Amino acid sequence: MLTILVDGIAYGMLLFVLACGLSVTLGLMNLINLAHGVFAMAGGYAAVVLVNRLGMPFAVALPLAFVVPAAIGIVMERTLYRHIYAKSHLEQVLFTIGLVFMAVATVDFVAGSQQVFIRLPKALEGQFSVFGIGIGKYRLLIIVICGLLVLGLQIVLARTRFGSQLRAAVDDPRTARGLGIDVNTVFAIAFAVSSGLAGLGGALGAEILGLDPQFPLKFMIYFLIVVAVGGTSSITGPFLASLLLGIADVAGKYYLPKLGAFVIYTIMIAVLIGRPQGLFSRGTGR
Amino acid sequence: MSAPAYPILIASVAQYLGRRARWRSAEYAFWAIAAATLVLLPGKHLILTEIAILGLFALSLDLLLGFSGIISLGHAAFFGLGAYAAGLFAKHGLISEPVLALLASGLLAALLGFATSFLVLRGSDLTRLMVTLGVSLILRELANRFDGLTGGADGLQGITIAPLLARFAFDIGGHTGYLYSMAVLFVLFVVARRIIYSPFGLSLGAVKGNPLRASAVGISVNARLVTIYTIAAAYAGIAGALLTQTTQFCSLDVLSFERSADLLIVLILGGTGYLYGGLIGAILFKLVQDWLAAVTPQYWQFWLGLVLVAIVLMGRERMGAWFAAARSLIRRE
Amino acid sequence: MSLALETTALSKHFGGIYAANNVFLRVESGARHALIGPNGAGKTTIINLLTGVLRPSAGRIMLKGRDITNLAPHRRVQLGVARTFQINQLFGAFTPIETIGLAVSERMGSGGDWWRVAGSKPSVDSQIVEILERFHLTDVMLESAATLPYGKQRLLEIALAIACRPQVLLLDEPAAGVPEEERHEILASVVALPKDVTVLFIEHDMDLVFSFADRISVLVNGALFAEGSPQEVSRDERVKAVYLGEDAADE
Repeated sequence: MLTILVDGIAYGMLLFVLACGLSVTLGLMNLINLAHGVFAMAGGYAAVVLVNRLGMPFAVALPLAFVVPAAIGIVMERTLYRHIYAKSHLEQVLFTIGLVFMAVATVDFVAGSQQVFIRLPKALEGQFSVFGIGIGKYRLLIIVICGLLVLGLQIVLARTRFGSQLRAAVDDPRTARGLGIDVNTVFAIAFAVSSGLAGLGGALGAEILGLDPQFPLKFMIYFLIVVAVGGTSSITGPFLASLLLGIADVAGKYYLPKLGAFVIYTIMIAVLIGRPQGLFSRGTGR
Repeated sequence: MSAPAYPILIASVAQYLGRRARWRSAEYAFWAIAAATLVLLPGKHLILTEIAILGLFALSLDLLLGFSGIISLGHAAFFGLGAYAAGLFAKHGLISEPVLALLASGLLAALLGFATSFLVLRGSDLTRLMVTLGVSLILRELANRFDGLTGGADGLQGITIAPLLARFAFDIGGHTGYLYSMAVLFVLFVVARRIIYSPFGLSLGAVKGNPLRASAVGISVNARLVTIYTIAAAYAGIAGALLTQTTQFCSLDVLSFERSADLLIVLILGGTGYLYGGLIGAILFKLVQDWLAAVTPQYWQFWLGLVLVAIVLMGRERMGAWFAAARSLIRRE
Repeated sequence: MSLALETTALSKHFGGIYAANNVFLRVESGARHALIGPNGAGKTTIINLLTGVLRPSAGRIMLKGRDITNLAPHRRVQLGVARTFQINQLFGAFTPIETIGLAVSERMGSGGDWWRVAGSKPSVDSQIVEILERFHLTDVMLESAATLPYGKQRLLEIALAIACRPQVLLLDEPAAGVPEEERHEILASVVALPKDVTVLFIEHDMDLVFSFADRISVLVNGALFAEGSPQEVSRDERVKAVYLGEDAADE
């Protein structure tokens, strides 16, 4: 059972890293970005190319799996996304779905439609034996990396100037502008980091989640669930939501094989009936 | 200048309200052309049937999106339920007569719509997107899991549809199928049109425009939304059943996210809020899709995405001019 | 005299802030009862609580002796409580005919009819005309609400509430934002209301309050500060201090 717990935590942490950026862009710019998974996919495929084709070590490829999607993110934010901030949610949905279709078709064209794998270093294969129970080394690595990321995010948000500017802009963009905060730059940086984190999550998750051109479509619902259940007014909300969902999904699939996939959907619907603004958010949310 | 007398005013009001609902000449023209295709384009009946079904499906979403302000990313759930229901009714001989099976499938979809309508009453746009997407994905998972019943990824095989009303057999050329689809579409369209111009339809417009004010004049907003959601679900279910009955096949993609997304594209192409948007959008969408599929068979999804991005970027203002023209032909402006 | 509206210990708090604090409000039937107070005193909150837009944190609301504390907003309208909003809440795309017609249909119970064409009932049409006439809106009855001048919109706002044929009418600053020349028209329409309709209204314009109200309640920081006839309240030193204090602070 401990294995399931660890698996669940790893899965949950991965979900968090993948989805937290979506929560930020929704809370910050009121932007529904269904194409968030595209950046995750970009990071994953970047890692595949770097490790498999160019022979880079995994540890070097990971930071690049952050940088590449972040760069793509900045470019897209400045050229495309900023035109749709003011548009209705429906138009944002349609726009980002269009981006997803384009991205999926492009990757399919370039890399083919089969699932791809990253050649993991030998050191990460196998398990540690803790009190006689096997805990996957790779999953442990994920937990460690994601845990550090969460801490880092918390520190940035709470202790740095950028963090307080970001929080101010999320709370009330107009007032923030009035206080001299360059909200546009905050948006751009937040979007870049959001995309970068998604990319990192995509690279880390390729082993566990499976990476193929359909990734943004397959996992869209999971990111949305994390944001809907966790809310957009904090980092801890989506974090706790991801853990809850990760553990519930893994446990559900193990204990109820036929119905396991439904656990995550059921939780989402139950939460949204009871508290439409999310389990962990304060206020009315968006 | 004295004000007009009472009886004259009352007559003016009655005339104004009556005029809202009157059929415009552009509408007669539209349906005349549609009827003409039954006779004049026999070679195209198969694709025209697809267009009619897609148009009905889009009409059902327009009832939500364009008239009630409910955004849904999972309308395929009702379409798919209707499709599978019709397939199973036929395959297992539960209801052999197609029209009865059609109505039964619509009823099942309506029940699902009613059961899930409570989920879209509260919450933000994002919540509604989530919940509707979630329901359709759950349904798709269910269809996938219970493959003994549904055929799973291979689809429901071995469906044979009995002759319509025990007399008109479905033929290879799709002529019966097209006539059938057009008839169903027309009837349901007329019903939808009555609903829109009724007091109920007026209250929907109020709910969409200002739900706070609507409840402040005594309208039970939730009850109205549940009603229209159920009706829209029934329409979508009937469209799905039509698909199964005219193609004698049904597979998992009737429940896919792509279906729901395609529908949004149809409505953005044709416009929402004047009932013909779904029909016109369906025509445009099918033509574009067919053309793209012929040009780039494998990657037409890319161009579809590009069209979508371009339309949104181009913006409502430029599309608005075209919509305003279409609208003014059809609705009071 | 019976009470049209009565609240018992009505309270509403958000976090630590009390928007309404233990309010005991009594509105007599047929009264012209004014609710006044400095900005932010919680007057609109009271109306939101009375109409069901906000749920109280504590206390009860009685309408003609019937407990309506837990009733949904539309149910209260059906029982005879109607309101206007401080900022016009109209249906922008609807014409005055459609707007009033909507309310009349709902009241007559035919608002849910889905088969017949809206406007095919002569009784509804004549009521629409009667109300539009009363509020001088017949000359703009074919234009969408969003295109009307502000004064006409305000008249439509009030006409819409009247169309619900309420027994209790709650007006939130009916003359707010209306140009000086048109205020008289607004007030005249309110003065002309039938005597059996109870009116509770929020107003800042003291001339309007004193010329129209027969009873005044003063709300400060969510709590009932003073209450009485217009003479009593105008002579109350504490009330003057609250208002003068506010004026002094503005200077």
